[in-house]
Amino acid sequence: MTAPRMFYGGLLIAALAAPMVGIYPVFMMKVICFAMFACAFNLMLGYGGLLSFGHAAFFGAAAYVSGWLAAVHGLGTLYSLIAGTLVAVLLGVVFGLVAIRRHGIYFAMVTLALSQLVYFLCLEAPFTRGENGLQEIPRGALFGVIDLRSDVVLYYFVLACFIGVFLLIRRIVHSPFGQVLTAIRENESRAVSLGYDVARYKLLAFVLSAGLAGLAGSLKAVVLGFVTLADVAQGNSGEVILMTLLGGMGTFFGPVLGAVVVVTLQEYLSDIVGGWVTVIIGVVFVLCVLTFRKGIFGEIEALRRRL
Amino acid sequence: MTEIFGMPLVVVLGQLMLGLVNGAFYALLSLGLAVIFGLLGVVNFAHGAFYTLGAFAAILGFQWFGVSYWVSLWLVPLVVGALGIVVERVLLTRIKRLEPLYGLLLTFGLALAIVGLLQRVFGSSGFSYPVPEALQGAFNLGFMILPKYRAWVIVASIAVCFGTWLIIERTKLGATLRAATENAPLLQSFGVNVPLLVMLTYGAGVALAALAGVLAAPVIVVTPDMGVSLVTVVFAVVVIGGMGSILGSIVTGLVLGVIEGLTKVFYPEASNIVVFVIMALVLLFRPAGLFGREQT
Repeated sequence: MTAPRMFYGGLLIAALAAPMVGIYPVFMMKVICFAMFACAFNLMLGYGGLLSFGHAAFFGAAAYVSGWLAAVHGLGTLYSLIAGTLVAVLLGVVFGLVAIRRHGIYFAMVTLALSQLVYFLCLEAPFTRGENGLQEIPRGALFGVIDLRSDVVLYYFVLACFIGVFLLIRRIVHSPFGQVLTAIRENESRAVSLGYDVARYKLLAFVLSAGLAGLAGSLKAVVLGFVTLADVAQGNSGEVILMTLLGGMGTFFGPVLGAVVVVTLQEYLSDIVGGWVTVIIGVVFVLCVLTFRKGIFGEIEALRRRL
Repeated sequence: MTEIFGMPLVVVLGQLMLGLVNGAFYALLSLGLAVIFGLLGVVNFAHGAFYTLGAFAAILGFQWFGVSYWVSLWLVPLVVGALGIVVERVLLTRIKRLEPLYGLLLTFGLALAIVGLLQRVFGSSGFSYPVPEALQGAFNLGFMILPKYRAWVIVASIAVCFGTWLIIERTKLGATLRAATENAPLLQSFGVNVPLLVMLTYGAGVALAALAGVLAAPVIVVTPDMGVSLVTVVFAVVVIGGMGSILGSIVTGLVLGVIEGLTKVFYPEASNIVVFVIMALVLLFRPAGLFGREQT
């Protein structure tokens, strides 16, 4: 057995056993949702070289839509999740068509501005309940039989979704499409001269990433039972960038690690350091860019290669 | 009473004036962003945080040391600009050979840290700054009431913007700056101290943001997060105008402020998003921005 297989196998066993050794399942599920969000984001930044500063729009809008369908219209959990994801896909098409017209730094600024547009729409649209947020989203049942109200059952469902997304992203990156995407990241002009329709590849990467971010947001709405403006705000876009950067962009597992670290910091550090969390996150961001650009997992892989 | 599209003229003119005030801030901020981007290749995400620092510095100077508005007007940009120079020396200079994305990420983290620090120290509640005595009251123009302070903000900002434009386009220093933007290594080989130029440019851009903060302090509620959403609007302004042109970013800033103000009158629900919608439309029809040149 190779080292990566052993690593992922051990991790899977640990994840399956987590609820039995007394780790709070809701916390684990929150981590998994953000890990999925970061993996979706990494598909664009790490493999496509596209820095989106507006991914919270997909996460948040999908969370609102699926939460609203489940809470107000009593739609089943599975359908709500699908609907939320589809909304994120559509939003991804719209964002993508506008944003891929600019490169590099402008791309980041355009996505940021578009996500701010979505933020204001969510602030003013009546169905999001404005400042109060959407509350009491029911967990429902899966296929009408598996009751998701139990934390442990929901945990395994969320974990299964995450594993599916993780494998899908691996598949995408290793597919011919993913190879072309990486080629575009490395040298866009050369990809153009080889006859690839670069805009179409970028758009597809954007839409895939947006859809998966939407699934993560919809799951988060089901897990926590509420959606607020924080889910769709600029800060959330920043956090997913930090998770990816800290864990290691362009690595499969880095974003997961980053999500674990950042969510844990937010949950437990705020009790210890009070209002300093934003400052600490800002400083970690700066330090990451200055000294630690490969991220935790990137450094580990570099070390492993040297040995 | 005269009406325009069913709205009283006074209301329209009032919002037009408020829009011009906002536009003046957009112009000051996007001007600084454009100058910094031109030379450093860094999109300064911390611009909104420096704007906030400017407003807070004015308030603290007034409350703790009794520094008057007129002194703050030049002292605060100097102090915050000096802080910007420290940031450039300590942080930005280390990443100048990396992809521009890292500059955006670094300054984003910096902005988080500054805003978080202000929130920690001053809480989230708002502060206010008194309008200086000489600018209290209003001009009665007959068809509308124009508060003196707002008139001052518009005139002062436009004067500073065009002063900056003149320096960049019409002086020896400006010519050096433009040369450095085009080809820094070549300029350095002629014996010009480019790193010094870069440092001072960042300081000057930050000082402009701080000046906007001081000018804004008497007309807005000063909170630690006042720059957070503003910087996003200013980014959109920069995308619309195109970062290539100094004059372009000034004009775009003013015009968008006015458009936003008019939207508040005729369709208030859209006033927060109108700038972003315009940005999307401009990108669809003129991807390089209104005044920009297409470059890859």
